[in-house]
Amino acid sequence: MNVPADLRFTSSHEWVRLEGEIATVGISDHAQEELTDVVFVELPGIGRTVDAGDPTAVVESVKAASDIYAPISGEVVEANPAVEGDPSLVNSDPYGDGWIFKLRVKNTADVDGLLTPEQYIAQIG
Amino acid sequence: MPVQYTSIMDEHAAVRGKAGVFDISHMGQFLVSGEGATAWLNRMLTNDVAKLGHGQGQYSLMLNERGGVIDDLILYRTGDESFFVVVNASMIDEDFAWLSKHLPQGVELRDESDQWAGLAVQGPESAAAFATVCPGEPLPPRNGIAKTSGGCVVCRTGYTGEDGFEFFAPAAEGGAWLKKFVAAGVKPCGLGARDSLRLEMGYPLNGSDLSPERSPIEAGLGFFVALDKCDFTGRETLAKQKAEGTEAKLVGLRYTDKGAPPRAHYGVFSPAGEALGELTSGILSPSLGQGIGMAYLPAAWAKLGTEVTIDVRGRRFPAVVVKKPFYKPAPKA
Repeated sequence: MNVPADLRFTSSHEWVRLEGEIATVGISDHAQEELTDVVFVELPGIGRTVDAGDPTAVVESVKAASDIYAPISGEVVEANPAVEGDPSLVNSDPYGDGWIFKLRVKNTADVDGLLTPEQYIAQIG
Repeated sequence: MPVQYTSIMDEHAAVRGKAGVFDISHMGQFLVSGEGATAWLNRMLTNDVAKLGHGQGQYSLMLNERGGVIDDLILYRTGDESFFVVVNASMIDEDFAWLSKHLPQGVELRDESDQWAGLAVQGPESAAAFATVCPGEPLPPRNGIAKTSGGCVVCRTGYTGEDGFEFFAPAAEGGAWLKKFVAAGVKPCGLGARDSLRLEMGYPLNGSDLSPERSPIEAGLGFFVALDKCDFTGRETLAKQKAEGTEAKLVGLRYTDKGAPPRAHYGVFSPAGEALGELTSGILSPSLGQGIGMAYLPAAWAKLGTEVTIDVRGRRFPAVVVKKPFYKPAPKA
């Protein structure tokens, strides 16, 4: 199971990479494996303000639609057009080209409240 | 049967391109026999049982008095007055109660659902797999039924549109047979692929696309209704609908562009925004890469080529009424 050491996670299987005040968000390798075959990604509108826990994007497999929640509060500043065109990137490269959206976070300290890789491994183990 | 073993897309592709096996042990099996069995079943079901030769199977529907669908099933004639009937898992008890209530003297009805394991082996390479697993045993012709020397029942039917067969074995042997087919190169497939494959063919699923409130005429299954045979339960309603038309019809809908996967219960609207109905089934077709679905729409909106929209979380995706099946499998051998 691929759980990169430099990321933070949520119990709902999103990952967060914080660079300055920008947080990149995607779904974990474990989540993409559970969903299998992502066939559609619905991206959030740029400029939308979200609170931690708000449904912000939707990732769909053949069988089901799954909400992707904002791990922390902030404003959507970017959404990945590549996954809209090729949803399978979420499967093939969940921590890289398969990222879903970027937030300008309200409070960078919020990231400290998310799961560490060790805690996330313990949850999915 | 799980939703998927590896991935719905892989399993779906295996059945379209090679062969896949579904564990259908949950389905029900009834045995009907005795003097008058043919005549009785003809009064209980929509299709004409008299047209069914020995060793042949037939898709049919069992209706309530209002002409609504209780269940859809496959009936195989195994003798002059004996039949093997395969019904939907969720309807075993209800079907059996309904049939028992109408059972005449001299006809015997037995529920053998617990005694049979079932495997549906489907795909262009399924006949080759059968030859490997059951060497020397004859595979019946399309829609046919045969017994193997080992006491299993093999039916050349399925729910995917591909060549294939449904294999019923004594319950205790089910696991062993599954292993044999998998060893012969057949991919285990789950409920997800079963649903995507049947939906690409426009085959209805009882409980989703069929209901006690909808008749086979509304569902577009008139081909399996023999109005000209004897009287049967629900006939009066169906004859009236056939003559006068129905208010609603089950149509096939296909996205005209890419879009979020359509799913059951999503709303169907006119281009101007008028609510027309809701999807009874919907999926992003793995073979077509496009959204497909079925919905009961007012007759005026049911003509081929009619443009509608499907609402997905507030976004409207354009779709058009198309002919079923949505997907045409390669010709069968």
